[in-house]
Amino acid sequence: MGYPHPSHPRETPVLSRHFGDAEARTLDGWRARGGYEGLRKALGMDPAEVQNVVKESGLRGRGGAGFPTGVKWSFMKPDGKTHYLCVNADESEPGTFKDREIMRWTPHQLVEGAAMAAHAIYAETAYIYIRGEFTEPIVRVEQAVREAYAAGILGANAMGTGRRLDVHVHKGAGAYICGEETALMNSLEGRRGNPRIKPPFPAVAGLFGQPTTINNVETVSAAPHIVLNGAEWYKSLSSPANPKSTGTKLFSVCGNVARPGNYEVGMGFPLKEFLYDLCGGPPAGRRFKAIIPGGSSVPILTPEECETAVMDYEGIQAAGSLLGSGGVICFDDTQDMVRQIARLARFYAHESCAQCTQCREGTAWTTNILERIRDGEGTMKDLDTLLEIADNMTGKTICVLSDSCATPVVSGLKKFRHEFEAKIRPDRSRVMIPQLAGTAAA
Amino acid sequence: MTAPAAPAPAVPGMVTLSIEGRTVSVAPGTSILEAAKHAGILVPHYCYHPSLPVAGVCRMCLVEVEKFPKLAPACATAVGEGQVVHVHSDKAREARKGVLEFLLINHPLDCPVCDQAGECELQDYTFAEGRKDSRYLEPKRFNPMEDFGGDVLYVPNRCILCTRCVRFMDAVAHEPVLNVSERGDRAFIGRDPGADLTHAWAGNVVDLCPVGALLSKDFLNKARAWELDRTASVCPGCSQGCNIMVETRDETVVRLRPRPNADVNVHFMCDTGRLDYRWLNRRDRLEYPMVRDAGGALVATDWDAAVSRAAALVRGAGRVVVLASPSLSNEALFVLGTAADAVGAPKRYVLPRGPEAPLAGVKDLALRAERAANHTGAERLGYGEAQAPFDGLGAGDVVVVADEHLLALQPLALPAGVTAIVAGTVVPAWAADACAVALPITTFAEEEGTFTNLRGRVQRYVQAKTPPTLARPGFLVLGELAAALGAPRPAPLASAVFDALADTVPAFTGLRWARLGLRGLPLLEPAEVGA
Repeated sequence: MGYPHPSHPRETPVLSRHFGDAEARTLDGWRARGGYEGLRKALGMDPAEVQNVVKESGLRGRGGAGFPTGVKWSFMKPDGKTHYLCVNADESEPGTFKDREIMRWTPHQLVEGAAMAAHAIYAETAYIYIRGEFTEPIVRVEQAVREAYAAGILGANAMGTGRRLDVHVHKGAGAYICGEETALMNSLEGRRGNPRIKPPFPAVAGLFGQPTTINNVETVSAAPHIVLNGAEWYKSLSSPANPKSTGTKLFSVCGNVARPGNYEVGMGFPLKEFLYDLCGGPPAGRRFKAIIPGGSSVPILTPEECETAVMDYEGIQAAGSLLGSGGVICFDDTQDMVRQIARLARFYAHESCAQCTQCREGTAWTTNILERIRDGEGTMKDLDTLLEIADNMTGKTICVLSDSCATPVVSGLKKFRHEFEAKIRPDRSRVMIPQLAGTAAA
Repeated sequence: MTAPAAPAPAVPGMVTLSIEGRTVSVAPGTSILEAAKHAGILVPHYCYHPSLPVAGVCRMCLVEVEKFPKLAPACATAVGEGQVVHVHSDKAREARKGVLEFLLINHPLDCPVCDQAGECELQDYTFAEGRKDSRYLEPKRFNPMEDFGGDVLYVPNRCILCTRCVRFMDAVAHEPVLNVSERGDRAFIGRDPGADLTHAWAGNVVDLCPVGALLSKDFLNKARAWELDRTASVCPGCSQGCNIMVETRDETVVRLRPRPNADVNVHFMCDTGRLDYRWLNRRDRLEYPMVRDAGGALVATDWDAAVSRAAALVRGAGRVVVLASPSLSNEALFVLGTAADAVGAPKRYVLPRGPEAPLAGVKDLALRAERAANHTGAERLGYGEAQAPFDGLGAGDVVVVADEHLLALQPLALPAGVTAIVAGTVVPAWAADACAVALPITTFAEEEGTFTNLRGRVQRYVQAKTPPTLARPGFLVLGELAAALGAPRPAPLASAVFDALADTVPAFTGLRWARLGLRGLPLLEPAEVGA
C-alpha cells in the first residue's frame, strides 16, 4: 500500500498489506494475520523443495541486481559445512526506503523470511545487518526476534521441528558501502567494511570463510508468501507479458511528486500510470523533468523515456535504465540537474571505501568538477574530462560503487547537456587560485 | 598483436596459457601476474607484493584476458588453461593510464625533493605509460607529515594507499598497528592510538612503499637514488645472514637494504641490521701495519716487517692462543686456523649476544640472539666458543686477536704480561697497551668472502667499497702470518682460498665458490660429512 497514503486500488499489496497497522508488529498480531504459517510449512519441507518452489516462482533479488533467488539458494548444498544467511538490511541507496517500512511495520515478516531462507540454504544461523541510522527499524526487528525466541519459533527447536534456527540482529555503523555484500560480511566479522575480491564468491567462501547466501530484506520477506501460496499464485500477481519478472515489487517514491511513499505493484506495471495515477504526478503546476527509476545508481530517464516503460527488470532496461532497488526519484522542471547530479556524486565520493584507485580518486574528482560547473566556474573541456573520468571509473574496480557514481554523470550529461553548457560561459578564460586548506568552498 | 604460436603440448599438472604471445606453463592457482613473470613480462602493479596477502586494490595490474567480460586484476586472477592474456593491449594500457592519472591528481610533483625519486614506481610507470599533462584544476589534497615512530616518516600527500604497509604489519609482523583511516579521497594510513612503528622489523614498510610516502628517517635527504652504487652482500649483524644490498655513495655506505632470498630472509631485514652501518664509515681506523718500537710506541712500518715481527713473537712465546671474531669470513678463519695449527695454538672465539626478535609471519626468520655473522662457520672450522678466552695466560704468552669489528666492543681483560698481535680495523682499547703488532684488515664491505649462517648456508658477499686505509682483507693478512709460521701460503684470492677450504674441511665438502652464486648453498648435514 502507498504508505503513508491509503492503498490505491491498482496496487497489489502483499508485503505492504499491513503497513500502518501497529498490531501487525506484535507476534500475536502477526500470527492473527496468517504469519509464520509459511515458515511452518517450509520447515516441514526439505530445503531443496523450498529452493525449488522459490525457483519456480521466478522471485529475483530485490536489492538491485535481480539475480534469481531460487538459483542463488540452490548453490548451497548439504555439504556438511557451516552455512550462513546474511540479510542485507543496510538500505542506504539514496531514494530507497522500502526495507525500512518492512522492518518498521512488519518485523515478523522479515524474521519469518530470514528463518525460512536459512532453512532453505541448510543454515542454522541468519544475520540481519541493519543500517545503523535505522533506529526505529532496529528496535522493531530486535523486539520481533525476542518474541520469536520466546515463542519457540527460533532457537534450538524451531517451531517444534527439532531444527536449530538462530537469527541475530547486527547494527551497522554508518557506511553505505556495507550494503555491498562482501563489505557487509567484512563488517559483520568486525573488519573494515571493504568489499572483497570475487572470486571466491560468498556461496563458496563468505561470512567467516563459510558458504554464505546474502539476500535483501524484501526478497526474504516475499519467500514465506510464495511457499504458503505457491509459485503459480506469485506469478499470477505480475503482468503475464513478461514471465522473467514475477510477483510484486515495492517502489519507494520521493522527490518532486504529489504523493511520495511506498507503493507495491505487480511487476510489469506501466511506469507512466504509476507516476501519475498512484503517485499523483508532479506537484501542481509543474512538469517532470527527470526520473531515476531504481535508486541513485541507475541511469537517469527523461519523461519521454518513461512514457511507454513498464516497471520490471526488462522493461526499465529497455527504457535505458535499471530497476535497481526500486527507489524512484522524481525531479520537476524547477530542478537544476547540474546541482542534483553534483549532489549525487558527492554522496558517492563520501562513501567510497578508498580501496580502488579509480573510485577513491575518481568519485572525488568528479564531484569537484561538477561543483565547479555548478558554481559557474566550469569550462567546456570539463565536460569531456567528466566523461573520460567516468569511462576510467567503469568496470575496473572491485565493487560497483565507482560505476554507480559514473552512471548518473554519464546519463545526466547525455540527457541534460544543455543545462551544463548553460552554466559555462564559453569565452571565459579561467585562472586557478589555489585556496588554503579549510577555506575551500564547500 | 600476432596470434600466439601453435598451442604447446599441455604439461601434466600444469596450466598452460599465453601471455603477450608467449606460452608459459605454471602450477595451478598461480596468479596471472606471477605467470607473466615466468614469461619474462612485467605487469605494472603497486599493491601486489609476493610476500604479502593479495589486496587487488591499486587496479594497476588490470590485463585483458580473452573471453573475460571485463579487464581482470592480474594479481588476483588465477591462471586458466588456454587463457590468452594481453598486458599491453590498447584496452589494458588505457586502463593503466587512467589509474596513473587518478594516482597523480593528488600526488605532489615534488620528485626533486623526494627520497624515492629514481626508485619510485609511480615515477617510472608515469614516464613509461602516463599522460604527459594534467587535467586536474582543483587544489591538491594536503595532509601534514607524520612521524610514525621507529625509523619511519609518513608523507600522506604522496601516499597511493596501496596498503602494503598495513598488510605487512598485520600479516607479516603480526602487530597490526597500521590501518586505512577515513574513506574516499580523505583516506590515509593511520596508526592505532598509542602505537607506533617501533617493531623490530617495521623498517621494511619503507622498502615496501612503492612511492615516497614512507621514508626512512635515517636516510632522509641523504642521497639521490641514482647516485648510489649497489652491491650484493650479507648482513653481518647476526647469524641469520639476511641477504642485503650495500648502497654506497662516494665510497661511503649510506644505506643497507634487504635483497630477496627465499631461503633466508624472503624480502626483509630487521631494523637492527638495517641501521647498523655507520661503523663501516669510521674515520679512526688503523691505517698502517704498526709495530711497537724500542721506545714503547706503536709506529708505522711495512707489511713484511710487521708480519715477521708477529711471527717471531709467536714463535718465541710461552703459550699462544688464537682469538677470532665470529664475524670474520670463512676464508679468514680458515687461514688463521692453519696458522694456529702450525704452532699448536687453541682456536677460540667470543660471541656477543642480544635479545632475539623473530618476524612472526615468516618461518625461521629472526634477528638472532647470536650477534655475529659467522659463528657457525667458526665452529665448523674448529674454533670453540670461550667465555674467558685468556684464562691461564700469563707473562711471556702471546694472544693473536683477529678482530673485525665486534671484538672492539667487548670489554675483555688481558692478563698482565701477555703480548697481543692484533689484526683488525682498530686496536681495541683493552689491547692497546699489550699490542706489539697491529695489522689493519678490511671490513666485510671492503672485501670479498663468505659467511656461514646458523642454518649452515654459505653465502657470498661482494666488495662494495675500497678501504680508506692500507688495510688488506683478513684472509690475506692472516695468510701471510700463517706462511711465516710455516703453514702453506694461501692463494691471494678469496675464491681460491674458499675452494681450498672446501677441499680441506669436511663440513664444506662439495662446495665450490663458482657455484655459490649470490644466494648461497647449504653445507652438508653433519651426518652426511664423510659419507
